[in-house]
Amino acid sequence: MASNKKYWKSVEELNDNSSIVETLRNNEFVEEIPTDEFLGDKNKLSSSSTTRRDFLKYVGFSTAAATLAACEGPVIKSIPYVVQPEEIIPGIADYYATTIADGFDFVNVLVKTREGRPIKIDNNKLANAYSGANARVHASVLSMYDSLRLKAPKIEGKNASWDDVDAKVRASLQDAKSTGGSVVLLTNTMASPSTDKLIGEFIETYPNAKHVVYDAISSSAAADAYEQAYGKRGLADYDFGKASVIVSVGADFLGDWQGGGYDSAYAQNRIPKNGVMSKHIQIEANMSLSGANADVRLPLSVADQKAALVKLYNAIVGGSVSSANTAYDEAIMKAAKQVKAAGSKGVVVTGLDDVNAQLVVFAINEALQAEAFMPEQTKYVRQGNAAKVTELIKEMNAGKVHTLIMSGINPVYTLANSAAFVEGLKKVKTSVSFSMKEDETALEATIAAATPHYLEAWGDVMIKKGHYSVTQPTIRPLFDTRQFQEALLLWNGNNTAYYDYIKATSASYVNGLTWNQLVHDGFAVSGENTKVSATADFSSAVAALSKAKKGEGLELVLYSKTGMGDGQQANNPWLQEFPDPITRVSWDNYLTISRVDAEAFGIENFHVANGGLDGSYVTITANGVTLENVPALIQPGQAAGTVGLAFGYGRKASLKEDMQVGVNAYTLYHNFENVQNVTVAKASGNHEFACVQLQNTLMSRGDIVKDTTLEIFNTKDAEEWNVFPMVSYDHQEVRAASIDIWESFDRTVGHHFNLSIDLNACTGCGACVIACHAENNVPVVGKSEVRRSRDMHWLRIDRYYSSEDTFAADVDKKVTAKGFSEARSAYIELEHPADNPQVVFQPVMCQHCNHAPCETVCPVAATSHGRQGQNHMAYNRCVGTRYCANNCPYKVRRFNWFLYAQNDEFDFHMNDDLGRMVLNPDVVVRSRGVMEKCSLCIQMTQATILKAKNEGRAVRPNEFETACSAACSSGAMVFGDVNEKESEITKLAESDRTYHLLEHIGTKPNVFYHVKVRNI
Amino acid sequence: MFNSNCAACHKLDGASTGPALRGVVERHDGDVEWLHKWIKSSSSLIKSGDARAVKLFSEWNKVVMNDFPGLSDQNIDDILAYVSEPKAEPAAAVAGGADAAKGQGAGGDAVSNMIVLGALVVVLLLLVTMLFLVKKVLNKVVEANGLTEEVRQTVPVWKAFVKNQFLVICSTIIFILIGSYFAYGYMMQIGVDKGYEPVQPIHFSHKIHAGDNGIDCKYCHSSARSSKTSGIPSLNVCMNCHKNISEFTGDAGTDYGKYTPEFYTAEIQKLYDAVGWDPAAQKYTGKEKPVKWVRIHNLPDFVYYNHSQHVNVAGLECQTCHGPVEEMEIMRQHSPLTMGWCIDCHRKTDVKLKDNAYYAKIHEELANKYGVEKLTVAQMGGLECGKCHY
Repeated sequence: MASNKKYWKSVEELNDNSSIVETLRNNEFVEEIPTDEFLGDKNKLSSSSTTRRDFLKYVGFSTAAATLAACEGPVIKSIPYVVQPEEIIPGIADYYATTIADGFDFVNVLVKTREGRPIKIDNNKLANAYSGANARVHASVLSMYDSLRLKAPKIEGKNASWDDVDAKVRASLQDAKSTGGSVVLLTNTMASPSTDKLIGEFIETYPNAKHVVYDAISSSAAADAYEQAYGKRGLADYDFGKASVIVSVGADFLGDWQGGGYDSAYAQNRIPKNGVMSKHIQIEANMSLSGANADVRLPLSVADQKAALVKLYNAIVGGSVSSANTAYDEAIMKAAKQVKAAGSKGVVVTGLDDVNAQLVVFAINEALQAEAFMPEQTKYVRQGNAAKVTELIKEMNAGKVHTLIMSGINPVYTLANSAAFVEGLKKVKTSVSFSMKEDETALEATIAAATPHYLEAWGDVMIKKGHYSVTQPTIRPLFDTRQFQEALLLWNGNNTAYYDYIKATSASYVNGLTWNQLVHDGFAVSGENTKVSATADFSSAVAALSKAKKGEGLELVLYSKTGMGDGQQANNPWLQEFPDPITRVSWDNYLTISRVDAEAFGIENFHVANGGLDGSYVTITANGVTLENVPALIQPGQAAGTVGLAFGYGRKASLKEDMQVGVNAYTLYHNFENVQNVTVAKASGNHEFACVQLQNTLMSRGDIVKDTTLEIFNTKDAEEWNVFPMVSYDHQEVRAASIDIWESFDRTVGHHFNLSIDLNACTGCGACVIACHAENNVPVVGKSEVRRSRDMHWLRIDRYYSSEDTFAADVDKKVTAKGFSEARSAYIELEHPADNPQVVFQPVMCQHCNHAPCETVCPVAATSHGRQGQNHMAYNRCVGTRYCANNCPYKVRRFNWFLYAQNDEFDFHMNDDLGRMVLNPDVVVRSRGVMEKCSLCIQMTQATILKAKNEGRAVRPNEFETACSAACSSGAMVFGDVNEKESEITKLAESDRTYHLLEHIGTKPNVFYHVKVRNI
Repeated sequence: MFNSNCAACHKLDGASTGPALRGVVERHDGDVEWLHKWIKSSSSLIKSGDARAVKLFSEWNKVVMNDFPGLSDQNIDDILAYVSEPKAEPAAAVAGGADAAKGQGAGGDAVSNMIVLGALVVVLLLLVTMLFLVKKVLNKVVEANGLTEEVRQTVPVWKAFVKNQFLVICSTIIFILIGSYFAYGYMMQIGVDKGYEPVQPIHFSHKIHAGDNGIDCKYCHSSARSSKTSGIPSLNVCMNCHKNISEFTGDAGTDYGKYTPEFYTAEIQKLYDAVGWDPAAQKYTGKEKPVKWVRIHNLPDFVYYNHSQHVNVAGLECQTCHGPVEEMEIMRQHSPLTMGWCIDCHRKTDVKLKDNAYYAKIHEELANKYGVEKLTVAQMGGLECGKCHY
């Protein structure tokens, strides 16, 4: 073993005598067959008039009837196009480059369409593309096929035509113009040059109009600081690929910090090359994705983070501003030294919603002359201005706003002072809400204007300075919708189509590209950015920052989850079922609380008999707002004195019943500050989580995760940190993998697929999980089924916590401790691991073992091995014995307990005609009673082979892809043919970091991992 | 000459891309000289501003008629003479008469068959009666001679059979075996739709299109070359030809059985209705009614089949699986489409190694491995479950 570390997935596992862990270890299918439902009631059974003979008669009759009924095949109709579009060949996918810009996520993407239906989002892999689609972007295609979308405009809740809407709005605008009433356009961040121009023209026509930008989750403080320092509103860009030491103070830059999209550059530098990799120190309160990936993580409260920032400033820029002492002063000073030593290769970032903190970071980076810090490359993805929104609400309540036109926002749900907004809205004469859903705001507004999804609309986006992208429709609008810009053009008396308007606007940004080329690529890059320097009063900012004090009660740090983001896709079942990378909880948000605080409040988390996790409810109070029945989850690594709560949940309007989960954290988002002082009190009752944390555990077989430190990696031989299991054979110690009771096939001929997963590059973002869902028609099963360990994810990302010491050593310590005081201190020490654990993300899918244990136990040979290395699963042959899942050491097989398609019990996308449009026609939808699992995207490998055959050429190196490897923007997953000497996978397979999971059992998997190296 | 030069755009009777040509000379008051000019180069005539030419041009949607500088005056006169002939009504009548006569001939054949059969039955009956009579006579002779039959103690066969346990068991086993053989055969037919021949919304005759006219299958089913589905052609593909072919005339002397030319012409009209084509105005009306064809070859969802692999890569003829489509008046499922049928073929068929760089490398290695020159699909992994089921 690489180290004697103990890895654990749940706090429960740290308890030696936990019966539940034992149960889960020994029993994969934790649920008994629910015979009690029909055999439990003895009275009913005995009073039944059906005898055993009768029962057999019924069975016989129904079997015969079913057999007869099955003899007649259905008549299937095929309807071809009347006039087939030139570019469509039935059965062949078309790809279109487009750009998502929903106000929260901004990425260049490729859209895969089949027969005119968009079915999957892929990364745009052209050089310079703003790539790196996250889980939400991958899932966004399903949000288009949302059956609860607003299908036509409504005026005061009644269906209306667009002509009615036009008449009403025009009249209102004229009225405003003549009476001098003010017109307000309240939109999300669109970052669209053509829309900006259009709004400018609109304001010219209606001089009383103004434009207010509102971000549900604000980066207003950062934008204010940027404005102070660099003279215009925007955000600084960062390239973590250029940094060798990264210090982040509360910035989850692998998550949604300042619009996100930093993970691929970050990951490049995390793979040790020539013994060098970047060092990442994270100072934060909540356990975030960035913290989980950091080499050193210091859990500190927000007040302490501010102090830490002052200390960093003192050490790097120079100064002697006093700051409060924190628990990790030594570590902070060490980090400061390392950044300073790295010089221009160092970078400091912060996610604190505090203008001073942001300014201090600019000062530090300017002092370092950090290459990774690029203020000249202004990012436009968060333009919201908190102060202006607050002012607007005041104006509305004062009755000063005549007409309010909103687009892409849902303030009634996302504003903390939503009640005031609703009151104000009543005083507005005409309010229009452009929305895809009849959401909380659309219900309150006079006119609910149905807008198209971004996959149905034209648009342009300036994500950052000099990077111009276009959005193009990939399908005709599904409903009677009209986009905001089209309406604005009309109301402005301009009869140009928005398409022509963009085309005209784009000319000045495309750097000589033709329109067709621009639409083909999806983006154009122009202009070199000249270096800018900051001019701001940094010293007073530091002084102000140093005066920051800890408030009363606990610090609540509001954050956005990888899956749900700001909550605009809350009706997307893929995202609801997506387990949070850190907590592994799906279908919920919850208060994350540290162990220490949980004990103080008497909050408990415990596992019940079926393996499900239960947790206490709490009541949160802040600024006079009370949030009740918030489930609490004890989060290892949460800084003591802080609690966390995710945005985006607790929505009700236009959501299917199953999706109406969680609590609305926005109600606590007072003054657009993500840190609030709250009081927490335990409430009665327990919450049932749908947490997959303890499920499908590896049955306590160790050696799953191998990790080492950079020092050991550089100085010692591979055998020491990548230890291979050995066995005694013929009185010789030999590598376990070399001993085999099976005969091997010759795999040197033809293709032999392997998948490589680098634990260093994997940030746990989960884009692969959603991509797998989309590609393979993986069903969504719902909260109660997930809780029963029946989740269907073919690809799971296991999250392991680890502590410095071995578990055995902990036990020794406990046993040998003498006397009360010694025992007590020993226990306190033992509890330390859960307070600041290290984290490893490990994506696990079917390992496609060459000697697969599942294949040998299948009684009907439904699962078998292909010569190309894939473990095949013939669903139509499977009879559902589940032997294979029991015999699988990696627990990657998933059983269809129910029919998940067209079943009202599972009212997700597969239950409505619209939602089924997203299904991939190349992959079968599995029925009840069959086993399924990762196929290594055999439909994709076969399609690649066929493409080569059709073109009469050999398959090119690196041409093979799977959905997960294609979705992985950090380069952690690489797929390919190891018999192809030129391909990247062949080189990766020969790396000395390569290892297989559970190598000692001799399964010879075709998926391999790379030892995680930490730069401690 | 008419067929090779004019028929692409003109019909004798009825409008097409251009006007009907029968009686064209009369319509232009016998101005043969003008017609000559027009045919040789209509465009220059229009350019020269000839009023009649411009009018004609604009009447027919401003579609430019090809110039025919290659036609001599004599040729043009011949064509004009051909199109001036009155419609050949009597010829059609004669053809009809011939058909009727043929029908009678066929009827005659049937009658003679009946007579032969009847005669045979009579002969056989006569034989039976004769034998019966002979037996009667012989009995009488015996009686007359005073001979009496010895009455033997006989056991009926079935009783003997029942007593012989061994025989009973053996025959029961044989009976069960035969029974289950047939039962199995019957059961295996369930869900196999070989010979499925549904009635389609438009009577499309593959025999006429692929057989008589020799149109390549992949002209209409073009995606068979590149996609997994062969594709039911969209109606605009039909209109490539049917814009001009609005009625079925058939070949003279061919017997179309119960499907008369009028029947086919009515079917073409169904196509026009669906695609929204007004043959009189030569315009699309925009009123489209997609055709709901009945799908004949239904593979289950869990089977992956790709046409391009078989058609383009392997170079198989469509008929290998679909049977003699060019002879089918009504399309039907020719092959059972069972897994056994697929696998049988994969076992027997050699992979086409030549002229495909993909196979060049992989096959060399495989051929070396198996030590054979030829490779079957099965040896390439064509029997693996996951190749077709995912």
